Amino acid sequence: MDIQFTEEQELLRSSVQRLLRDQYGFDARRKIVATEEGFSRKHWTSFAELGLLAAPFSEDVGGLGGGPLSTMIVMHECGRHLVVEPFIETVVIAGSLIESEGSTAQKGAFIPDIVSGKSIWALAWAEKGSRYDVANVMTTARREGGEYVLNGEKAAVVGAPWADFLIVSARTSGNRNDRNGVSLFVVDRHAANQHLQSYKTLDGRRAAEISLRDVRVGADRLLGAEGEGAAVLEACRDRAIAALCAEAVGAIGELNAATLEYSKTRKQFGTTLGTFQVLQHRMVDMFIAHQEAISLMQHLNLSLAANTPGGSRLASGAKSKIGYAAKFVADQAVQLHGGMGMSDELNIGHYFKRISAINIQFGDPAYHVLRYAQVDAAA
Amino acid sequence: MELALSPEDAAFRDEVRAFIAENYPREMRVPNPETDLTKEQMLLWHRILHQKGWIAPLWPREYGGPGWSISRRFIFEQETSRAGTLPPLAFSVTMVGPVIYTFGNEAQKQKFLPRILSGEDWWCQGYSEPGSGSDLASVRTKAVRGGDHYIVNGHKTWTTLAQHADWIFCLVRTDVSTKPQSGISFLLIDMKSPGVTVRPIITIDGSHEVNDVFLEDVRVPVANLIGEENKGWTYAKFLLGNERTSMAGIGRSTRYLDRLKQIVNAEIPNGDPARLEFIRDIARIELDVLALEATELRVVAQMARGIEPGPAASLFKIRGTEIFQNITELTHRAIGNYGLAIREHPVSANHFMPGPDYGHTASEKYLNSRKLSIYGGSNEIQRNIIAKAVLGL
Repeated sequence: MDIQFTEEQELLRSSVQRLLRDQYGFDARRKIVATEEGFSRKHWTSFAELGLLAAPFSEDVGGLGGGPLSTMIVMHECGRHLVVEPFIETVVIAGSLIESEGSTAQKGAFIPDIVSGKSIWALAWAEKGSRYDVANVMTTARREGGEYVLNGEKAAVVGAPWADFLIVSARTSGNRNDRNGVSLFVVDRHAANQHLQSYKTLDGRRAAEISLRDVRVGADRLLGAEGEGAAVLEACRDRAIAALCAEAVGAIGELNAATLEYSKTRKQFGTTLGTFQVLQHRMVDMFIAHQEAISLMQHLNLSLAANTPGGSRLASGAKSKIGYAAKFVADQAVQLHGGMGMSDELNIGHYFKRISAINIQFGDPAYHVLRYAQVDAAA
Repeated sequence: MELALSPEDAAFRDEVRAFIAENYPREMRVPNPETDLTKEQMLLWHRILHQKGWIAPLWPREYGGPGWSISRRFIFEQETSRAGTLPPLAFSVTMVGPVIYTFGNEAQKQKFLPRILSGEDWWCQGYSEPGSGSDLASVRTKAVRGGDHYIVNGHKTWTTLAQHADWIFCLVRTDVSTKPQSGISFLLIDMKSPGVTVRPIITIDGSHEVNDVFLEDVRVPVANLIGEENKGWTYAKFLLGNERTSMAGIGRSTRYLDRLKQIVNAEIPNGDPARLEFIRDIARIELDVLALEATELRVVAQMARGIEPGPAASLFKIRGTEIFQNITELTHRAIGNYGLAIREHPVSANHFMPGPDYGHTASEKYLNSRKLSIYGGSNEIQRNIIAKAVLGL
């Protein structure tokens, strides 16, 4: 099993590569991260113009029909360039939720603006104390006539300060940990009665704590069936994981290449670092970690594309295995670069930080190895 | 774990404990003392210890040390680190001070030692250079003698807290013709000298701890040479020996483990399978700490009998840093989604940080502690030292 890209996929890959190589070098990224807003609308527009934001959507809703493999291609390159723009949040998460769960009206209302780059989205699923369980929801949504009234606190919402819309999980029935009773709502980020407290994340992004106090949304903003949001969120998480895995693999590849190059040029004790056997073996292990990560990334994305049984369990397996691999590589890349690996000026530490964040988003490797062990093999 | 203490030593331990409780400055209790304090705040405890006569436990009495036995020194170290006090600046008290009283001349002792003790002079360490990390003997900063001055040119890097420093002790090359170790001298340089420039290096946790120090045609009086010209390597090695034994960090690891347990208790409910995993991971680290502490106590007992640990002391650096890295990593993992957030530096109350207070420094500590296995001679180098000097390989 090794993915042979189609002509279209090759075209997508080379165009993303060209765009990021020309416009998203490390210095350009540094400038973007340091801006007031913390991401670049100009680059987001370029992504849209290139068709990246349309790539995974089906042709029915105005997409290019590329599915999970096109997401994998885009995210792998984003991982190599440490792209901070919210492709996963907007396209992979919100886009696919709307595509899979949305009514015809909702698809028509929201997907064109995602594809054109006009609207940015974020997913508010986590809460204080929820850790990585998407069913651990205390925020409530009470039906009142033709509206729902939302109350509660959402935590660590990545990309929220940039977003025009939020997808918020809230409980329409049941207790805190019940799998049933979680529903999803589309909320205008600028609608009344929301309070956002924004902060920077360790990987140079922005996130927010969001409190909702009697936020009213029309019943037409319910996304998917009432009370069945937990399973929907888990399926959505699988797709987000596949994208994060591709991003991690991109980052691993860059770290390995940079470390190898450094070990061939950096001299200590009258010889290059690469001549020390202990470091050679370390880099061999980094190489093996990369190879295994590539394989699992492909395996997962092919499985999601074909919708084969066991995809969710595999997503947890890949999140764990690739997460540990990425952590190992990141640790060693910093270690082998010595002090330079600790410096904010070099890209190595920034890959380290992005990998640290990937290993938190949607569950850490320890969480997912347990889930892999426990969920039904058919899930 | 405790030493079996004589009644006198037990009374001493109680005295130290009480002194810390009564005198440690409240304003030094900040979320991250290593990054959140001003120079003046960092020096508060230093001055209190100086007044008490406890600032330099290592130093002989004639130079201002308290004249403690090995076990008292150890008790003091244990109590101050268990209590989470910020240690006095190591570059001054633990490093350059002993070099000056061991290898310096009378004038140097008189000039520098009292000012180190009082905290008047802040020292930084000019060892690493862009081309020489763990390979210290490859220093390229050059000192050329002309009359009663050296003219120094070079670039030191990773210089910790140089932004506060009054003086820097430097390894400089005074003889390029001989083998690397034999042409090095140990020079004391006034940071106010013309030609000294400090440039901040921001690290991946966002903090400003380390710096580049550029030396351009800096005139340094020959009177500031320690010992003999070209013998600097001997003095440097002596100093690094002092650095390594202090790196076990048992007190610090114990404190961070206690905090980690509180965080796990607060964050991860009973019945969550992750809890069992954290409990197991924490217990394993506790055993690592216990084993290292027992080793430390064994070495202290041996030292009290006059047996020096020698190069085996590298094991304290290796294990101490690995343990602390594991603790910071686990702490970062324990706070779950809030591990995504990081404090902005310089620290200000205006920046919002999400989640419970106990998690606010988890990200920066996790990132910052990556340096531990790199600095002070990387852990790879420490293993080489044990392989060569202890195992004879």
